Amino acid sequence: MTTVRNFVRSNVRNPNAVAYFLMAVGALFFPAVVQFATGGSGDYLVGLAADGGIYMLMAIGLNVVVGFAGLLDLGYAAFFAIGSYTYALVASNHLGVTPIGHSLHVPFWIALFIGMFVAATAGALLGAPTLRLRGDYLAIVTLGFGEIVPRVFRNAGIWTGGVPGISALDVPTLPGWVQGPWVGQDFGWVPDFRFTSANLTAYYMLMIILIAFVVILVHNLYNSRLGRAWMAVREDETAAAASGVNTVSVKLLAFSIGAATSGFAGAFYGAKLSYVSSENFGFIVSVTVLAMVVLGGMGNIPGAMLGAIVLYFILFWLLPNAPGQMQGLASSLGLDWLNQSNPNGWPGIGEVVSRSKYVIFGLILVGIMLLRPQGLLPSQIRKQELTHEEPEALAAPRQLQA
Amino acid sequence: MSAILRVGGVTKRFGGLVAVDNVTFEVEEGEVFALIGPNGAGKTTLFNCVTGFYKPTLGTVTFRDRNLTGSPPHRTAKAGIARTFQNIRLFEYMSALDNVRLGHHCRMHSKLWDSLFKTPFERSEEKRITEHSMELLKLVGLERQSENYARNLAYGQQRRLEIARALATDPKLLLLDEPAAGFNPQEKVELMALVQTILKRGITVFLIEHDMKVVMQASQRIVVLDHGEKIAEGPPVEVRNNPRVIEAYLGKSA
Repeated sequence: MTTVRNFVRSNVRNPNAVAYFLMAVGALFFPAVVQFATGGSGDYLVGLAADGGIYMLMAIGLNVVVGFAGLLDLGYAAFFAIGSYTYALVASNHLGVTPIGHSLHVPFWIALFIGMFVAATAGALLGAPTLRLRGDYLAIVTLGFGEIVPRVFRNAGIWTGGVPGISALDVPTLPGWVQGPWVGQDFGWVPDFRFTSANLTAYYMLMIILIAFVVILVHNLYNSRLGRAWMAVREDETAAAASGVNTVSVKLLAFSIGAATSGFAGAFYGAKLSYVSSENFGFIVSVTVLAMVVLGGMGNIPGAMLGAIVLYFILFWLLPNAPGQMQGLASSLGLDWLNQSNPNGWPGIGEVVSRSKYVIFGLILVGIMLLRPQGLLPSQIRKQELTHEEPEALAAPRQLQA
Repeated sequence: MSAILRVGGVTKRFGGLVAVDNVTFEVEEGEVFALIGPNGAGKTTLFNCVTGFYKPTLGTVTFRDRNLTGSPPHRTAKAGIARTFQNIRLFEYMSALDNVRLGHHCRMHSKLWDSLFKTPFERSEEKRITEHSMELLKLVGLERQSENYARNLAYGQQRRLEIARALATDPKLLLLDEPAAGFNPQEKVELMALVQTILKRGITVFLIEHDMKVVMQASQRIVVLDHGEKIAEGPPVEVRNNPRVIEAYLGKSA
């Protein structure tokens, strides 16, 4: 008991520990709470949360690249696409219609890791020639890569299904699964369980497990010699090299590990949607994930996770529901005339809100960054960097002097 | 005694500018060797050639009979050459302890797998290098600053932390680029004592220094550069009285 008490006491003031704890508790109780609050019709919301988990995985991965190693990657969705398409090829009938002529049906649990490895390899292949570039140049190269990959998938004809993409992907299966009140049924054992769109709680729980798995691994990396080397490269590449760090290979690892996480998320995405199309991997995905990392707190794992939760909630729940909510609010205030369109060009309050969705989104982003420039849950380092003033002596030019 | 470092006819050109011009010398094992010269003489450029930050245009760098010409910095570090920088380059937002722990990077054997799963091997290695880092911090007198960010240390402490980080790479040759710059007399005395301690650990010291008092007292042999060329070499007394050296520093008498 005392060890538990000591553990609690030593962590209760650590914002990261508190954030992990709250997110874990929230994640576990979320399906039950939602089902209870909606009277058993909350499946849609649980599924939405599982999709949010995909973004969370990507935010954790991009945080390794941008937050830990300081490499700006603007084409992160490319690896997400590679993971999804890899899953689609190895776990559907599609390879049967390609010149190969034999379809593959690798089980989800293995295909997940194939997607991950293919994405990691793509990361290494892209990184090897480009990671010698610094800062802005790298950002531009990754931006280009992010644009090229979905286009390649769209135009690769029979191999990737072209514009319509690939559909009817295999769903994950398990030898068994527990059911219970959270799916509105009695406790029981379901043999030969298939994940379907009728049981989104299963996807949700799977997502929670995958996230926990990735968080533990990335956390370990951060606290290892590699994590230290990433920080060092971010702080001062020259000094890191002089201290014996192979900066190129360390950056390559960051890039690859980030890509692997994204590919992992991509494979899950393909399985859950049972469909992939090049339309879903545009620049907007890369930017959204980057915004999650920056807004949550660059370089801090729970920060990136929190950023993902907040932005996903705003983008996929708050904004889509805002027009309806506004209409409801207007009529409950007795301002029904606001809801009517009139010939002077007023389209009704719901329509106005719906049209200005992204203006509202932008304002929220700007507002958060003004209030908390270091992010919602910053790393200690970021906090210092933004609050300290640069002393004169250290602000001097830092290039090698001849 | 044998030569630990051989600089053989090293030339470094930047476009039309010849920063280092056909310089040859040898650093003997176990000595304190100094490189001096007026501002812009090419001293730091030569350091950068030795540590792999620059690839010499011509000439060779041989370290412990191994040709290191043009090897990247992390290879020279692994081979056993450590350095500090003229304008201190620490990882400002890492603790003093982490700065020194990072210095162990090239001597660690944990693989990606060990880091991912925090294997017992990784844990024991981390523990070992943390203990060794504390020892090094103690050596430079910073054991009580271990948790402070490098940027929050005083100037003299930062210089010493940089030396501790360099020592963490387990070097055979330590290159110090103006270690006494900005030091008061008391700090200079402490620095010279530290250099002696480092020598006793079997590490050869090769330094660039402007302070003649430090150079004359600390070093056994000196090479003088002027406009990229070697103009003198020898023990301090000899070099001090060399007319070409006096001319380079004070200008030609009328």
